[in-house]
Amino acid sequence: MLFKTLSKPEFRNLVDLLLGSTEVIAPKQIGVNNDGKPLHHYLPVQEFEEIDLEYEITEYSAKSYFLPFRENLSSCRFEDDDWTQEIHYRLQPRVLMGLHSCDINALLKLDKVLAGDRFPSPYFISRRRNTFIIGIDHYPCEGGFCQSVGADVVTHGFDLYLTDLGDRYFVAINSDHGYNVLMQVDAKDTTGQDNKDYLEARQRIASKFEPLNMHNLPNLMDIEFESEVWKRWGKKCLSCGSCTMVCPTCYCYGVDERVSMDGREGAKVKQLYSCNLLDFAAVAGGHNFRADRETRLKYRYYHQHRGFMETYEEPLCVGCNRCGRVCLAGINPPEIIRDLQTEDQV
Amino acid sequence: MKYLGIEPEVLKIAVFDFTGCEGCELQLANKEETVADFLKVLDVVNFREISSVEGDDYDIALIEGAVTRGDEITRLIQIRKQARLLVALGSCACFGGVNRLKNVLDLNKVNREVYGKDPKETLPARAIKEIVPVDLEIPGCPINKDELERIVQHLIWDIPFQFPVYPVCFECKQRYTTCIFELGQLCLGPITRGGCNAPCPAGGLGCYGCRGPAADPNYSEFFTIARERGYKKKELDEHFNFFGGFEGVG
Repeated sequence: MLFKTLSKPEFRNLVDLLLGSTEVIAPKQIGVNNDGKPLHHYLPVQEFEEIDLEYEITEYSAKSYFLPFRENLSSCRFEDDDWTQEIHYRLQPRVLMGLHSCDINALLKLDKVLAGDRFPSPYFISRRRNTFIIGIDHYPCEGGFCQSVGADVVTHGFDLYLTDLGDRYFVAINSDHGYNVLMQVDAKDTTGQDNKDYLEARQRIASKFEPLNMHNLPNLMDIEFESEVWKRWGKKCLSCGSCTMVCPTCYCYGVDERVSMDGREGAKVKQLYSCNLLDFAAVAGGHNFRADRETRLKYRYYHQHRGFMETYEEPLCVGCNRCGRVCLAGINPPEIIRDLQTEDQV
Repeated sequence: MKYLGIEPEVLKIAVFDFTGCEGCELQLANKEETVADFLKVLDVVNFREISSVEGDDYDIALIEGAVTRGDEITRLIQIRKQARLLVALGSCACFGGVNRLKNVLDLNKVNREVYGKDPKETLPARAIKEIVPVDLEIPGCPINKDELERIVQHLIWDIPFQFPVYPVCFECKQRYTTCIFELGQLCLGPITRGGCNAPCPAGGLGCYGCRGPAADPNYSEFFTIARERGYKKKELDEHFNFFGGFEGVG
């Protein structure tokens, strides 16, 4: 990895440069909740002042800039006895800045599924390739357990990655594009002091995590497949799919065909869907393989922590706990995992 | 234009208003960009809001509004005899709607409050299905025109239309709306049928359940959530009773 440092004023110059040439998406405060806590979203910004890099967590992940909630996959138009088809990939370059390590790790996991050899999605790949990513280090967020799933550090999946050293940023460069952009402002070579400060900053962050025991989770989950834990938590599930919508890695979807009112145009529309919704596993003929809440909730956890592990040797979950935070019923991974572990000891 | 090689049937429809604000009927004539094509696939034989023609040669009857008068019952039974398919259009027709709010009050008092010294005949408000069998219910206050267009297409193609089974929350998330509970308000979103595209929470107003319950709603957890956040029975009832779609819940 190549490293440079950037003074805070130079960082501002860099952002202004990007703002002047490309669409920039960044964490922005949109208001406060009922307890006065700030709410942040990744949103398009026009001015440097709109960006809040001190944010703790965004309500929604950055996923939807790569996997929109709704996306037109193809359109066709009928004219006389002929028809034409149109497929549109999003190619416009875009800067996505202020991503924490969990959200970058989430993109790397999505890459494995959607940009791998087996089922590459050109819709995803075109957005991914044309997005310039600037990440930033941060202290652990409340309820997050990214360190326990190995998502608190990133070594790739970004163009630039910043660590705040007070008066300057320590910048990790991971692409030609990142290097070229950085060279347009006054980035300095790192000194021994910079390296020391950076390593200390990383240590400070690492020391703030409260570890969640994830040891041997896939096997534990197999043993606890019929556990009462799933019944207890499943009973609470509202089957609203909010968890999967805010999740940075849930990628399941459905495809719907739409026909225009004049009958001359049709479209295949993809909509992100959720395994917690009642009809997720409903099939032709009326059978529903996961008709009860408990089973649906359980399978989401099995996909995240066991199924994905089997295929890719890592969990799909990045430990951001957005699902836990958004759930009105309070269903959250740390408590479910602890419950499964306690259940095992009984 | 042929669809899948078959010339589609033109649906002979009639629209009838009962007790309601006629907002759902207005939705039929709304959405300028497609309204011409929408009306092309329909043979409207009776629809006061867009045409002075008053025919009774229809297959499909769209009923808007609740039933609150004796003459409405007679008229509804007559329509049911004629219609091959009877559709309850909007929350008033499906559940009784806001009209139902008066049912818990003294009807004479209600009458005097509204009409003063010139009272009108009035009955407790009822949904269409409480008088005659209904073939299709399209809930909403008002109905969603996008959804209605798709329902009409399905009627033409003779393919069953599937309403979303998920609650409103799902669509709130898909439009980045901050949860209404998070903002300190009560919302029926977690138990109300989606498909409306969640416009009320997006505008900062908690859901009042105009589309009625989602499929398999988790009432017990919903009440736990509401109780934990300090909502009293009165506030809950106010929400549940507003459109009448949650009769018996609470």
